[in-house]
Amino acid sequence: MSLKIRRNIPLIDQHDKNFMYGGKFGGNFIPETLKKPLDDLTKLFAKLRKDKKFLKERDLYFKDYVGSPTPFIKLENLTDYLGGAQVYAKVVSEANGGAHKIYGATVHCLIAKKAGKKYIIGDTGAGYAGKMLSMAAKKFGLKCKIFMGAKDIKRQRPNVEAIKKNGAEIVPVTTGSQTLVDAVSECMRYWVSNCDTTHMCVGSTVGPNIFIKICAWSTAQISRELIVQVKEEFGKIPNKLKLINCVGGGSSAAGFWNEFINTSAEFIGVEAGGPKNSKLHAAPLTFGSKIGILHGAAQYVIQDKEGQIGSTESISAGLDYPGISPLHCFLKDSKRASYTSASDEEALEAYKLVSRLENISPSLEPSHAFAEAIKLAPKLKPFEVIIVNSCGDSLKDKDIIKQKLGSYVR
Amino acid sequence: MNSNISLAFQACRREKRPALITYTVAGDNTKNNSLKILNKISKYADILELGFPHNTPIADGGQIQGSSHRALKKGIKLKDVFQIVKKFKKKNPAKPLILMGYYNVIYQSGENNFLKDCSLSGVDGLIIVDLPYPENHEFAKKCKKKSINFIQLLSPTTSKERMKKIIRDSHDMIYYISMLSTTGGKLKISPKEILKNYNKIKRINPKKNLVIGFGITDKTISALKSANGLVVGSLLCKTIANSLKMGQNPVTKLDKVVYNLKKKIL
Ligand SMILES: Cc1ncc(COP(=O)(O)O)c(C=O)c1O
Repeated sequence: MSLKIRRNIPLIDQHDKNFMYGGKFGGNFIPETLKKPLDDLTKLFAKLRKDKKFLKERDLYFKDYVGSPTPFIKLENLTDYLGGAQVYAKVVSEANGGAHKIYGATVHCLIAKKAGKKYIIGDTGAGYAGKMLSMAAKKFGLKCKIFMGAKDIKRQRPNVEAIKKNGAEIVPVTTGSQTLVDAVSECMRYWVSNCDTTHMCVGSTVGPNIFIKICAWSTAQISRELIVQVKEEFGKIPNKLKLINCVGGGSSAAGFWNEFINTSAEFIGVEAGGPKNSKLHAAPLTFGSKIGILHGAAQYVIQDKEGQIGSTESISAGLDYPGISPLHCFLKDSKRASYTSASDEEALEAYKLVSRLENISPSLEPSHAFAEAIKLAPKLKPFEVIIVNSCGDSLKDKDIIKQKLGSYVR
Repeated sequence: MNSNISLAFQACRREKRPALITYTVAGDNTKNNSLKILNKISKYADILELGFPHNTPIADGGQIQGSSHRALKKGIKLKDVFQIVKKFKKKNPAKPLILMGYYNVIYQSGENNFLKDCSLSGVDGLIIVDLPYPENHEFAKKCKKKSINFIQLLSPTTSKERMKKIIRDSHDMIYYISMLSTTGGKLKISPKEILKNYNKIKRINPKKNLVIGFGITDKTISALKSANGLVVGSLLCKTIANSLKMGQNPVTKLDKVVYNLKKKIL
């Protein structure tokens, strides 16, 4: 049965009284201790998002601190090379810090200040969420701890250095696969013990409902800018428009699509397919994983029959996560968005091609989205438009790229 | 009819002492050993909690994570957990056994299926860490129908209004989490402080069996003995980890540790 998106209700508010989207995704599967802190945060956020002064403050930070709007550019060379649809990029990597994670980080710090908290914690995979939170925390005078898998600490050096330079403490997580999934678990466990003094930021649109909401509400800035830029460029929203975005937890995709929900724009999410010849991947939507509970929310998640969360593999630390936002589960089952995956190799090829032809150089996460654009564009007509969210810069991946391709060119 | 759980509390009340409640993980460090452990420690423990392991626990500290990890590495499956319970209950039919774990395992098995297996193997109660009130309302009702106790949790962050509602919805046992912590944390507040909070909750409904857990060890247990029951978990998991490290038999080690705990609350 197909789920329905109700018109005139923001995507993040499409849940029922149990905080479930489409009756089956999301919710709050959490220990009793977190009920009250989550309840407090839910009430505070409900108040703040209606508070004109707060919105003004947010907009000011987005403009002066994050840098708004981020560029919207036509990729002329790539378009010529592919010979089909016109290919554009929303260069979100031009935002302060180099990725969309800055939106959530900034908003969470603003909220932490309003809540009177002095400490802030967060998880990170690719290191961007950690870098941005440490940056914003420094700006707002909050003490910051970042939880990061030991494997990711090794493969995302540049962001790790940035986190340290911003004065945050990095807590290496050595349990399980030592990647994002374990970092989120450890961060939540820390919060259970310190929720009286500490504000928690979840780096993507995952976790208990309120974190999904705050995160998507923050990244929605991307599409607020984009819809204006698109209308400027084309005079209207093109009839045949595809918005392509990589999805790990799904925060950048949710923000990229939000304002286009009630338009005819087509949404394509690209998950991490993992190495070409590996059984492991991080693509629960593409490969039909079953619904399960991960990090407090019901979602499609890679798991075994017994409900143990499964291992994942991806060249991209930011996409290397067994679950996916309940928002995307809802968008998939309501058929508003479709999801596919790109392999490690395809993402690397896409990185190479885009970096060679254009002035931008996407990190391995958005390279997954570019891989899909590269597949699709030649099959489309010149009046059709593809926009890719280039939400990260390859600089953070230079070690991996050098190791895989022999050299790194930006 | 009185449940095994309420009978156990009644017996302890007659002896003017708290119920000793242990927590170990099914399959730690092997299926056989965890069964042997249950058989041994049930001489001293009044109620046994048995964890069914999950690999992404969001409320457990290092020791219990370690136990779960050891069990999963040996390939423990849910059907093995029920086998362990069944074998234990065959020998000790009156000893209450409570399964404790995370909801996804139940969700994948199917609530009804899971409860059927609980009934068949003789499970007396369930603690589901990540299924709080009121989301647990329907599931708790299903448990009651099957004569399985659904054990509600209370925490220092639970408001009084909420406590009243949860207690009204509770069965024969309620679990009070002593402090803001995952399992196995060091006691951050004094036993006196914990008991002060505890007594406030007791006053809401004095008839309910209210137990305290999280952070209780051989060092702190006697200071808390005015409670209806005390749960010790991480200390036991740590004992297993240490005995494995030293090449000792975890079964005999645990036997001793639990015996000692019991002595401290008599
Ligand atoms: C550049 C970049 N893109 C995408 C992601 C994936 O996260 P999400 O799906 O929440 O946007 C990350 C996560 O770290 C990232 O750093």
